[in-house]
Amino acid sequence: MRNITAEAATAATKTAGAEIAVEVRGICKMYNEVEALRSIDLDFPAGKLTTLLGPSGCGKTTLLKIIAGLIPATSGEIRVNGKTVTGPGPERAFVFQDFALMPWATVMRNVAFGLELKGMGKDERQAIAAKYIAEVGLSGFENKFPHELSGGMRQRVGLARAFAVNADVLLLDEPFSAVDEQNRRKFQEDLLELVEKEKKTFIFVTHSIEEAVYCSDRIVILSRRPGRIAQIIEPEIDRSASPDAIRRDQGYLDTVEEIWQGLKHYVD
Amino acid sequence: MAFPAQANGSPRAVRSSEGSFFWRKLSEHRTALWRTASIGLFFLAWEIAGRIPISFAFPTFLETLDAFIRMTLDGSFLAAYAQTLQPLVIGIAISAVIGVGLGIVMGLSRFAEWLIAPVFVVLQAAPMAALIPLITFVYGIGLVSKTLAVIMLALPVIALNGYKAVRNANPSLVAMCYSFQGSWWQRIVKIIIPDASPVIFAGLRLGLAAGFIGVILAELLITPTGIGDLITYHRSVADYPEMYAAVVSIILVSTLTLAALEAFELRVLRPEKRRS
Repeated sequence: MRNITAEAATAATKTAGAEIAVEVRGICKMYNEVEALRSIDLDFPAGKLTTLLGPSGCGKTTLLKIIAGLIPATSGEIRVNGKTVTGPGPERAFVFQDFALMPWATVMRNVAFGLELKGMGKDERQAIAAKYIAEVGLSGFENKFPHELSGGMRQRVGLARAFAVNADVLLLDEPFSAVDEQNRRKFQEDLLELVEKEKKTFIFVTHSIEEAVYCSDRIVILSRRPGRIAQIIEPEIDRSASPDAIRRDQGYLDTVEEIWQGLKHYVD
Repeated sequence: MAFPAQANGSPRAVRSSEGSFFWRKLSEHRTALWRTASIGLFFLAWEIAGRIPISFAFPTFLETLDAFIRMTLDGSFLAAYAQTLQPLVIGIAISAVIGVGLGIVMGLSRFAEWLIAPVFVVLQAAPMAALIPLITFVYGIGLVSKTLAVIMLALPVIALNGYKAVRNANPSLVAMCYSFQGSWWQRIVKIIIPDASPVIFAGLRLGLAAGFIGVILAELLITPTGIGDLITYHRSVADYPEMYAAVVSIILVSTLTLAALEAFELRVLRPEKRRS
C-alpha cells in the first residue's frame, strides 16, 4: 500500500510516467446554498481503476456525474484525453446505480442501445452487443426482459451496454449497491477480469471500503460535505493471486483497516 | 388468490394422479371460473329481482336475453350501432390524436403546461351534460354536435393522463439516454413515450369510456339516433325488455372495446408484460 496524500496536492494529482485519461481541475459544485464539492483537483491515470470513496453525502456521485457531463459544475473544468467536457461524449460511458434498463426492451436491445442511438445498423450493433453480452456472462439471456433477471444480471446488462459503445473511460456509479452480497463478490471478481481484458480507464464510486480496496488501483477518499480530497491511497495488491487469497491478504486487510480509521470520524 | 393455491399444493401431492390432474386443471382455470360464477350470480339475482318483481318496468334476465337475441337477429342493433359508432369513432380518433399530442407537449414544456393544462383541468371538472345544450345551440343537432360531445368528454382525460405520464417519465432512463448522447428527438421517441405509454394508454381507455358516455348522452339529449334512439323509443312504448337489452348491449360493447384496447396495448407496446 502506498499513501500518496502526504505529497503536496499538486504532486498528488500527477502520476509519474502514467498517461492521464481524465483531469479534474478546480471543480466546485453548489446545490443552491449547499456546497457539495470544493475545489477538487484530481488526475485519473489511463487504464487503471480509480475508486471514489467516502461517507454518504460527500459528493462522490456528484463528481462522477460532473465527469460524465450529466450535471454541470459550478466552476472548474474536466478534461478527458485533453478535451474539455461540456456534456456527455462518446469517449465516456456511464453505468447507473439503478441499472437504468428499459423495461420494454430485451437484453439485446438494452445492450445495443448506445449504438442504436448512434444510428448504427441493426445487424452490426447486435453483433457487437452479442460479444459483450457473452463477455459479461449473459449468453443465452439475449431475448429476456430485465424483469426476468436478478439484480446482479441486470447490472451486467448495464455494464455490457457501457462496454458496447467502446468508450475509453467507464464511469460506474455504485454499480453493486443494488446487488445482493454473494452476487456482488462474484461480480467484483468478473469486473476485475474485464478491467484486465478491456484496458480501459475505470472510475468507480462506492461506499464499501472492502470493495474499493479489492477492486482499485487507486482510491480517492473524499471528506464529508463539502467534498474535498482527504486521502489518496494505492492499495498495490498483487492481483495475480486468487480472489480468496486477496481477501485474506495482510496488505488488503491493513489497507481496509487504515481507510476505516480515516473515515470513522465522519460517521455519526 | 395465491394463498389457497399454495394450501392446495400439499394435499394434491398425496392424492391419486387422477385427482391431482383434476385439481390442476381446475386451478389453471380458477380465474376464469370465478369470473363466470360472478357473472352467473349477477344474472341469477337479476332474474329473481325481475320475478318478484321490484318494478313493473324491470324485466327479468331471461326476457331481456330474449329481446337481446331478437334485436341482434333482426338487425336493429346493427343499424343502431352503425349510427352510434360514427360520432364515437370520429370523436375518439380526434381526441386521441390531439389529446396524446397535447399531453406530450405539456409534459415536455413548462410553458405549454402553464398555457393548456388549466383548460383541461376545468373541462374535466365541468359537468358536461350541462354543456350539451350549448353545443346544440351552436352546432345544431347533427353529427358535429355529437362528435363534439364525445370530444368534450374524452379529450381532457386523455390529455391530462398523457401530460402526467410524460412529466413522470423515469428520470434515470432519461439520464441514461442523455449520457449515451441520444438527441432530443431520440430521447422523446425512444425513452419518454415508451416509458409513458402505459399511463397514456390508461388515459385512452378512460377517454374511450368517457366517449361512450358522451355519445349516449348526445343521443339521449340532442336527437335520438342509434342506440340512444332504441333506448328512448322502447321506453316510450313500454317495451322494457328491449330497452334493457339496448342498455346491456352498450355496456357490452364498451366493455369489449376497452378489453380489446388493453389487449392491443399488451401485444404491441409492452412485450415484457405478456410473458409474466
